[in-house]
Amino acid sequence: MKNNPVVIDLKNISVSFGDNQILNNLNLYIRDKEFITLLGPSGCGKTTTLRVIAGFLEPDSGDVLFSGKKVNGVPPHKRQVNTVFQRYALFPNLNVYENIAFGLRLKKMKDSDIRDKVKEMLALVNLKGFERRAVDSLSGGQQQRVAIARALAVDPKVLLLDEPLGALDLKLRKDMQVELKNIQQRLGITFIYVTHDQEEALSMSDTVVVMDGGDIQQIGTPEDIYNEPKNAFVADFIGESNILDGTMLADFKCEFSGAQFECLDKGFATGEAVDVVVRPEDVDIVPVEKGMLTGVVTSVTFKGVHFEIIVDIGGFKWMIQTTDYEAVGNKIGLFIEPDAIHIMKKSKYSGMFGDYSSFSDEIEHLSDIVEEE
Amino acid sequence: MNKKSTFYQKLCASPHILWSAIFIIVPLLMVAYYSFTDANGSFTMENIYRLTDYTDTFLRSLWYGIIATLICLVMAYPIAYFISQSKARAQTTMIMLVMIPMWMNFLIRTYAWMNILEDSGVINKMLSFLHLPNLHMINTPSAVILGMVYNFLPYMILPIYSVLTKLDRSLVEAAQDLGANKFNVFLKVIFPMSVSGIVSGITMVFVPSVSTFYISQKLGGGTFALIGDIIEMQFQVSNNFNFGAALSLVLMVLILICMAFMNKFSDTEDAGGGMVV
Repeated sequence: MKNNPVVIDLKNISVSFGDNQILNNLNLYIRDKEFITLLGPSGCGKTTTLRVIAGFLEPDSGDVLFSGKKVNGVPPHKRQVNTVFQRYALFPNLNVYENIAFGLRLKKMKDSDIRDKVKEMLALVNLKGFERRAVDSLSGGQQQRVAIARALAVDPKVLLLDEPLGALDLKLRKDMQVELKNIQQRLGITFIYVTHDQEEALSMSDTVVVMDGGDIQQIGTPEDIYNEPKNAFVADFIGESNILDGTMLADFKCEFSGAQFECLDKGFATGEAVDVVVRPEDVDIVPVEKGMLTGVVTSVTFKGVHFEIIVDIGGFKWMIQTTDYEAVGNKIGLFIEPDAIHIMKKSKYSGMFGDYSSFSDEIEHLSDIVEEE
Repeated sequence: MNKKSTFYQKLCASPHILWSAIFIIVPLLMVAYYSFTDANGSFTMENIYRLTDYTDTFLRSLWYGIIATLICLVMAYPIAYFISQSKARAQTTMIMLVMIPMWMNFLIRTYAWMNILEDSGVINKMLSFLHLPNLHMINTPSAVILGMVYNFLPYMILPIYSVLTKLDRSLVEAAQDLGANKFNVFLKVIFPMSVSGIVSGITMVFVPSVSTFYISQKLGGGTFALIGDIIEMQFQVSNNFNFGAALSLVLMVLILICMAFMNKFSDTEDAGGGMVV
């Protein structure tokens, strides 16, 4: 993957609507056969980026290059990319067969070739025998499959997917994630996938691009993004994080929450103020006398695989995920291994995230609801 | 609870049902009754036989109606499309402009056209002023069709506009994405999706065009009669209600046949493009 040629290159792309800066000097390149995900909250510019690539939107400034060739001003129908739209956008006056054949007919393909191709596509998305069905008689998941088949039928080099699973229920979404990944690997084409769902991004992608406020916050493999977040925004958006104000005392030595810790990070100035990330699952609960930090349990939620415990440590509320039950009011000690500590430079997001004092399941749930951009 | 709500639903609908029964169903039955009776109220087929005298009038009415409808369609579609593609505020203004003439009385509008088209009317005065030969326009079939088109054009524009403006943008983008240029987007997406608006537009223009009498009297000058004129004459002049009823009944059947034919073409279930007024 690392050596594959670059198929799409976005150079200094800026887009604004009125006073609203949507994309801010964005630079991004995408390699052949890569599964790349643009991840971010609603309004971060991820769909806009996709529309710039598809050609529905011309950037105010910057260049879009396909295989090294500038395509600014080339209309969508002449670009070698195809899109799976958020709400499918199937043609309601055409049946499944004609929807999938739409692009093939425009290419003036022979009828017999079209028939073969549609059949092949329907097999690919597990909808054999659905040719004559009206699209509005299909379920959401089936419509999504038709939309994917329709876009893939014209043999795109790059497939753009705009929150394609957003409208499906959880179970179906999980199945489709696996299926999409399989399709991508089998066809060996590039997928550019837009989602606000971090779990989806982590489980499907080769590369994740975390975006916020029209800027790319971090580009990396799912593991990099999770284990080595660049700033408080990324750490908070991907998974759960306790983010603390800390100080680097020396290489491999830091201080936060009034205690000193060993860590694996270096290269910071001595005494530099930093953000410290500790993932809830990396904290061990130990007896108070053995703890590096001590605190009082303020809430316990049973999550099935583990308990989610909120601990008050000197006024800062930590989240800890553990399989050991601790009752509310218990005083506990915390033990943190050096490799569980991740140090980040201060950023504009410092202090905005990573404290669970106002945490409630309900709010967390609300923020998961699909929002429109 | 369900039962209760259906009871209240029926209660709420009852005034409308009553209204329909008294002012739609009963008059229709009366028309049918008059058609098959003579002045004394006894059954007769005489009125129906007599209709054959007016075959050419029927055909002329249908023909003019079809021409006027087609002209309206050809004119209205680009207008409706243009409006639907404009910015939201411009759309409201343009739709207002389409509707404003409808607020003016139908008779006045037709009279105005008389003034414009007359041998000594506005157009000919201008032609004389420019030393150009005068045109004879009033009292011709063209003048009548012009009157129909002018009066009924908004009824074609509005339903088509209403469908086009509701068209999902992402369908257009999907078509472009799959390789359709502007022409193909129109041919394969926009036009098929607007058929329901076209069908309701045609219905709303064709029906009044076929049955009009006022336009043909004022702009046709009585040189040729349309079926509406004949019907009016039966009621106003000849006082032959029975024959007038028979003419109306047949006109109604003819219109029904035309509409059924139209709906077969559209073959969509929701033929109602919906009026915006």
